[in-house]
Amino acid sequence: MSDIPRVGVVTFPGSLDDRDALHAIDAMGGEGVALWHAEHDLRGVDAVVLPGGFSYGDYLRCGAIAARAPLMATIRAFADRGAPVLGICNGFQILCEAGLLPGALIRNESLRFVCDNVWLRVETSQTCVTAGLVPGETIEVPIKHGEGQWVATPEQLERVEGDGLVVFRYAGPDGGLDDAFNPNGATNHIAGVRNVAGNVVGLMPHPEHAVDPDVGPTGGQSLFASLFEAALAGASA
Amino acid sequence: MSDPLYRQLGLQDDEHERIVTTLGREPNRAELAMYSVMWSEHCSYKSSKIHLKTLPTEGAAVLVGPGQDAGAVDIGDGDAVVFKMESHSHPSAIEPYQGAATGVGGIVRDIISMGARPVALLDPLMFGPLTEPRNRWLFEGVIAGIGGYGNCIGVPTIGGEIRFAEAHSSNPCVNVMCVGLAKADELVTAQSLTPHVGSFMVLFGAATGRDGIGGVSVLASATLEEGADASRPSVQIGDPFAEKLLIEASLELIREGLLEGLQDLGGAGISCALSESAARAGMGADVDLDVVPLREEDMEPFEILTSESQERMLAIVHPAKLEAVQALCTRWGLRTAVIATLVEGGTLAIRHRGEVVAEVPARSLTDDGPEYDRPIAEPERGDGADPALSPFDGDLGEALRAVLAAPSIASKAWVWRQYDRIVQGNTVAGPESDGAVIRVPNSLKGVVVSSDGKGRFGRLDPYLGAMHAVAESARNVAVTGARPLAITNCLNFGNPERPEVMWQFAESIRGMRDACAGLGTPVTGGNVSFYNESGDSAIDPTPVIGMLGLLPDYRLCVPSAFPGPGLAIYLVGETAAELGGSEFAEAVLGSVTGMPPALDLAKERALIELLVAAAAETVLVSAHDCGDGGVAVALAECAIGLGHGFAVSIPTDLPAHVALFSESASRAVVSVAPLDEEAFRGLADVHAVPVTRIGESGGPRAVIDAAIDIPVSELEGIWSSSIPRLLGEAV
Repeated sequence: MSDIPRVGVVTFPGSLDDRDALHAIDAMGGEGVALWHAEHDLRGVDAVVLPGGFSYGDYLRCGAIAARAPLMATIRAFADRGAPVLGICNGFQILCEAGLLPGALIRNESLRFVCDNVWLRVETSQTCVTAGLVPGETIEVPIKHGEGQWVATPEQLERVEGDGLVVFRYAGPDGGLDDAFNPNGATNHIAGVRNVAGNVVGLMPHPEHAVDPDVGPTGGQSLFASLFEAALAGASA
Repeated sequence: MSDPLYRQLGLQDDEHERIVTTLGREPNRAELAMYSVMWSEHCSYKSSKIHLKTLPTEGAAVLVGPGQDAGAVDIGDGDAVVFKMESHSHPSAIEPYQGAATGVGGIVRDIISMGARPVALLDPLMFGPLTEPRNRWLFEGVIAGIGGYGNCIGVPTIGGEIRFAEAHSSNPCVNVMCVGLAKADELVTAQSLTPHVGSFMVLFGAATGRDGIGGVSVLASATLEEGADASRPSVQIGDPFAEKLLIEASLELIREGLLEGLQDLGGAGISCALSESAARAGMGADVDLDVVPLREEDMEPFEILTSESQERMLAIVHPAKLEAVQALCTRWGLRTAVIATLVEGGTLAIRHRGEVVAEVPARSLTDDGPEYDRPIAEPERGDGADPALSPFDGDLGEALRAVLAAPSIASKAWVWRQYDRIVQGNTVAGPESDGAVIRVPNSLKGVVVSSDGKGRFGRLDPYLGAMHAVAESARNVAVTGARPLAITNCLNFGNPERPEVMWQFAESIRGMRDACAGLGTPVTGGNVSFYNESGDSAIDPTPVIGMLGLLPDYRLCVPSAFPGPGLAIYLVGETAAELGGSEFAEAVLGSVTGMPPALDLAKERALIELLVAAAAETVLVSAHDCGDGGVAVALAECAIGLGHGFAVSIPTDLPAHVALFSESASRAVVSVAPLDEEAFRGLADVHAVPVTRIGESGGPRAVIDAAIDIPVSELEGIWSSSIPRLLGEAV
């Protein structure tokens, strides 16, 4: 068994941060594996990242067409087995459209695209990307999206909050919640959620753009470190 | 009686005569349409060519000069930077979102047709005052269009200045610059690939529709008059998703060695791509319009030939590689059509439904267009009063507040927060920096770019205005520690048929020529945008310069803001009594008169050498261009950046307001750690640049002698809230 996790990154037509995610995985000591939407093969990877971008130009609804790609059926089965799946930005939108995560992403409250660094408060350690983090801890990560306002039906929201499915909230550097820190009007400041098992996580911010101090903040490092642990644990199980 | 067809298409009588002579007969409808777009001002540079020829284009680092889709510069280790700037002002004035969006799409295709991956976009923009509702509509629409397109294709938007002036109320200027990276030996140029007789011309990408017909001739090569909204159908509609697929497919086609040529379809559509590709190959082509994928069944040949539908490329493909090309495009979801075959001779023979609808020499479209030496007349200059001579007894703190709130100076964060600045993961410094910095993958090199135009200086003196644009862009690159290498440009002017506009153009070219020669930064290409006027109001003559520089190690990039307290602050260079065309003169005195500051290229060069040397020896902690707004504004911006104040005293014989707000060239505000001061002063001596230690960084306030003492937080508030406030947002 290798101790280098193999993490697949899916390229859909219109994916933009696929190369960036592969680069971040390699920079963090993993092995990034490029995957193609139209295939069925996950090439034996230990974890999957659905990257940011504008798959299919965001036409119809963000992520709606990509959620029906051939590879997504394979990824669904992969997730059902408990393997780690991380959706970033458009990847989060795809996971919601695929029904693998609760809620939906709609246009930012400002109706404008926003690119900025934000602080996230970690809400749970019970996921494949936050196992190495402590609830209440904050990390700095960039966002860049036009449709990142997470919303849910009242029943969904009750379940998400009640079952502790919120993984990240937009917050101040010290973890305080305030509308001023909420860049898109997301319900309850929610930036990322998980499934019940915690192996599927989606978030609007971009941890892959937060691993290299030369070009940005470093809040994404710990997420990838946790993802690698989960990937290796799954691989050896 | 109505005008003959050729005039309706924008051709002049003498141009029509020329076509008749070339063909030996009257051109038919389709042929006229082709000549009208190819010989339009926008495509043929017929009014500007004679002047552009005088620009310096040679340099050790220049790999590809003017005349191709984009210029290319050698940055060592086999790496090449490809860059180009263009305007999309006319479409944007009519439909701001799509006009700006398709401008981004067009310049990106110029870069990919050189075989380079687009790695950065910059958008120099000029609008009328935001107090006018229509200007706000144009401003918000253009920004949304740039973001809507650029964010969706995975190319970071990392810079581009934004200026405001009344003359842009009816004539917004929307320029866009793209930077690409390639291996020098993989560049796609006329020299690097050899097409064969019998090879196919393959159109790939989007289908051809009725959008953008006559865009270059009707829209871009005439002034916008009343009722211009009726030309909205001449504005193209962008599909950034298709563009992203084009980028990936094109680069893969080149990487796999499947092409004998590649050309983007932009202005003048298929006519341009066919004629340029064939002429470049020294061949002709048999063209079949019936196989062009159309959005509407019943399009006429002239419509198919001149449509400017976006997101299309034309590849030249050897028959043996056609199958592989088609398979690759299909994998990316792109349609292909073999629309032509290269043949001996030089004739484009174009068929539609079994008939030859056009038969013209390819070269006559690309090379035989008219060239005008248009009359030039120096206009009368207005009141030459030098604002530096009039006494000023106002409050200097209030003056600083007013200049910081001036929209051209104020923070543009409202704009660039809407741009994806970080995709591709190589953005070392974005729009907040004087020069934006992109690192070159798998190396330590940093490519530094800045775009600058000096419209107000140009109004007072177009020669000096152009010189200042070159010098300021070089300085903006040099303050990061990078050596300026070469420029591209976009030349924004009024109607060239008016002798005074042509005089402004000729003077601007002369200024650009002298400055580029003096600073050793050759011109690698550019774009001319004429007819930026409506009624009697033309824009200020505004050549926008896109400067490219190189940092040997991006980690040594010098930031512009004071990073902490206790640093020695130096004013580098000399300040003279030069308020003509300054922000102070406009925002505080309300007048733009006199002459722009002088520019001594030897001094500018010395400053650049000092900044590059000091950065390389890591003795600079921060460095910021001291130009727009003068030293008071430069200091305020250094403080606002990270919230570290300063206390300085500026020794001078000048009146205080002149010393603080003069926009003398060849200056910078730098901060230096106390331990490095001796080394810094030594370097300044070596380069013969006068430097003055004016004070230290630190504390919460901005203090200049007894004149100014204001909390940095207050200055920050004024500077950052100005544009949102003008847009009516709660701040």
